[in-house]
Amino acid sequence: MAKITFPVEASHIMMFARAIGDTNPVYHDAAAAKDTEAGGIIAPPSFAQAVAQFDPDYFLRPKPGQKWFGSAKGPSGIEGKPTSSGGLHAEQHYEFHRHIRPGDVLTVETKPGKTWEKESKRAGKLTFRERITEYRDQNGELVITARGVGVTTERPVDQG
Amino acid sequence: MALKASALKVGDTHSERVVENLSRTQIVQYAGASGDYNPLHTDEVYTTQVAGYPSVFAHGMLTMGLTGKMLTNYVGDGTLTKFGVRFTNQVWPGDTLDAKATVVALREEGGQHYVDLALSTTNQDGKEVVSGSATARIDP
Repeated sequence: MAKITFPVEASHIMMFARAIGDTNPVYHDAAAAKDTEAGGIIAPPSFAQAVAQFDPDYFLRPKPGQKWFGSAKGPSGIEGKPTSSGGLHAEQHYEFHRHIRPGDVLTVETKPGKTWEKESKRAGKLTFRERITEYRDQNGELVITARGVGVTTERPVDQG
Repeated sequence: MALKASALKVGDTHSERVVENLSRTQIVQYAGASGDYNPLHTDEVYTTQVAGYPSVFAHGMLTMGLTGKMLTNYVGDGTLTKFGVRFTNQVWPGDTLDAKATVVALREEGGQHYVDLALSTTNQDGKEVVSGSATARIDP
């Protein structure tokens, strides 16, 4: 996969913290953040995932001129059953070498990891795919190593 | 404030209610902030009629973010060195979640003290939605 440039801005960190209901001033108030052990604004631990905003090809964002699989007047913008409907997030792991700060310009590279299968009573055959992502800063230093696992289910997960 | 190794013991717990009656709007807010616009999370028509789920449901990463809020409130700002989760059940609009951290180990490595934590987030029915682990730097 191509490398993605992820410029980190204070307003984006603030919006992300709001979305997870986290009112900790270390995520939005520069003056208050200065007096914390972080010494300034940092990003919440799972903020790294917001790199999706900067991936030009991210498939879970509608793009002008392209068909979108979500509903419009009808239930889906794509004929038949979209293949991506069975994709779910199974695991996410982060290793922090340091925490992300506003002003960081991260270079993000994702590589495929292992693939495995499992049989499940609730969703049929499960196919797991691992992705390893490295976030490096403007000095080439490793900031975060992330390991994500996605799962494709044979059928929707039974809620019974 | 960072935690102190001298004030902790294995088996100590910290828990917080991280969301009450999760709104669809908060899920939309998370989609906008994270950039993950998968219609499974915000588009009821698609999710019920095409994907076959009873309603839209939260991004796993929103539940991780909510769990992380409890975690950073406990261990302090910028002290986490590891944070990982498995999504064990889906989270639905209207859910109320409680996140809990349990001390599983206290270690010293190269003069630095660390706490290892087990994480569990459960819904109003006591069903676990996230299980995980984390490590943070702590004071002696």
